[in-house]
Amino acid sequence: MLGEGIIKGLLETARNFAGSYVSKERLTTVQYPEEREPLPEASRVFPFLVYDGSDWLAGMRCVACQICEKECPPKCIYIEKSADKKPDAVGKPQAYPTRFDIDISVCMSCQICVEVCPFEAIKMDNKFELATDDRFGGLLLDRKKLAKPNEYYHQIHPTEAAEVDARLAAERAAVEAKAKAAAEATAAKAAAAKAAAEKVASEKTATEKASSEKNTPSAGGGA
Amino acid sequence: MSGMNVPATIDQIFILFTNWVASFFPPAYRPLIGVLLGVIGIISVFPGLFALTVLFERKGLGRIQNRYGPNRVGPYGLFQPVADGVKALIKEDIVPFSADAVVHFLAPIVFLTAVFMGYAVLPVGRNMELVNMDAGLLFFFAMSATSELSVFMAGWSSRNKFSLLGAMRAVAQMISYEVPLLLSAVVVVMIAGSLSLPEIVAAQAGYTGVWPHWYVFTPWGFASFIIFGIAATAETNRSPFDLPEGESEIVAGYFTEYSGFKFAIFFIAEYLAMISISGISTTLFLGGWAAPFSFLTIVPSWFWFFAKVMMFLFVFIWVRATLPRLRQDQLMNFAWKFVLPFTLLNLMVTALWRFMGAGWERWVVSTAILVAAYILMGRTGLLSKHIGPRSYRYAE
Repeated sequence: MLGEGIIKGLLETARNFAGSYVSKERLTTVQYPEEREPLPEASRVFPFLVYDGSDWLAGMRCVACQICEKECPPKCIYIEKSADKKPDAVGKPQAYPTRFDIDISVCMSCQICVEVCPFEAIKMDNKFELATDDRFGGLLLDRKKLAKPNEYYHQIHPTEAAEVDARLAAERAAVEAKAKAAAEATAAKAAAAKAAAEKVASEKTATEKASSEKNTPSAGGGA
Repeated sequence: MSGMNVPATIDQIFILFTNWVASFFPPAYRPLIGVLLGVIGIISVFPGLFALTVLFERKGLGRIQNRYGPNRVGPYGLFQPVADGVKALIKEDIVPFSADAVVHFLAPIVFLTAVFMGYAVLPVGRNMELVNMDAGLLFFFAMSATSELSVFMAGWSSRNKFSLLGAMRAVAQMISYEVPLLLSAVVVVMIAGSLSLPEIVAAQAGYTGVWPHWYVFTPWGFASFIIFGIAATAETNRSPFDLPEGESEIVAGYFTEYSGFKFAIFFIAEYLAMISISGISTTLFLGGWAAPFSFLTIVPSWFWFFAKVMMFLFVFIWVRATLPRLRQDQLMNFAWKFVLPFTLLNLMVTALWRFMGAGWERWVVSTAILVAAYILMGRTGLLSKHIGPRSYRYAE
């Protein structure tokens, strides 16, 4: 009958109208600044630098190898390498960045820097409220602003961070084992050398003794 | 005051206030002061109602679409209209280079003036009409038809294709729907025997038991109420008849080239036209300011008027949220092939009702004629449209 569809439609909209007051399922709006949904673990915005421990400069994993700088498609990373060295995350002495800048107005969040980093030093952040009224300085993040503790990394990407930690621990163990082996080898060598030296020394003393015994009269005689 | 009872005093509070203010002036000036106060009342109350309507429309549409509406400015977004008003006031007023500047300037003013003139005859409560005109209904429709002039002024003077298309559509639509609008109102005049709006309200003021004698509760009254509602929606360019300003087709129709406060005036005028046509339809069919039940007459009459108008506005919003926009040919077909014949038939039925005299027979006869005509016309209309399950040529 004519008008039937209109009545049906009106009932549907009325159901929505009334339902939005009683059913949370209908009214799915999250009122953003006050309410937030937890971000998915895989969410990413811009990269940050991970550091271990409490001192951001001492614990920084970055060794200023500059691979990310070279790989970055929009060229938003700028790194200056240090002249001196400090121990890195696995304990090897490495250089560190005296300057590490990311221009997030240029960054396109491609995550390539994260993919290429062999030191697990650069990771993706999920902090997205970065609006600023300082168009140039406010969007150029230096190493101080980029540095974030490993605990923060665990907080935003728990699964990934656990994997990274396991990998680093394995590497550290390998390095330690190697160091230990090397130390043992050195110690063994040293011991051998020492033993040899001792042997030589004792032989030498013996000969010296003998020769002195032999030589004394002659010397005296010679005098 | 001690002789008056309290409900009657509250009912007439605005009249008493006007008389009290006027009493400070010499007798010769008192009518003028009374009219001035009434005008002030109209131009402050109805734009206030407009602001509320816009807010409720946005919130209501939001709820119907399962979201919150505006809720940032003030508690529950109540100050949103203030923010919108400030925004409209401080925006730049742009007049196109090749526009007819004078007509372009006059169009919104003519629109708003015409709409406000209509309020002069609207009885918003017992004894609460600015002018008690003998031909009030005629005056109201004359004024609401003037808005078509301003729409065409706006469309033509803007020198913009969208404006002109919008104006053409608006004029075609408004003239087509003016006919059923007037003819469905004529029905009420036939029965009430008067063109004066207070008298039309008075004719519906009685009660049978607790039930009111509103015209909407008669077969012909109900039919013309629905027709009047449809025509009023078209007349005020509301969805689903919003072709003249269909933003997805012609930007904003006849006010495409308006910005800043001129745009705001168009916006206000459109909503005021909607409120005034709700008011007139309340007056014609829903007993105006009369209470819905005899035991509710202690509630002030002006409250009932505004409650009914708000109900109308809610239905306007509800319909807007439900129905998609019609096509121009559908609009015209509906007006001339369905609404107009049905209105003419309704006119005959009302005449029959008028001359059959009191009794149950006229109820049966007029209901039967109207229902049969509705079903018949609806069925033939739908059959000629071949409406049914849709077949697709390419998709599965």
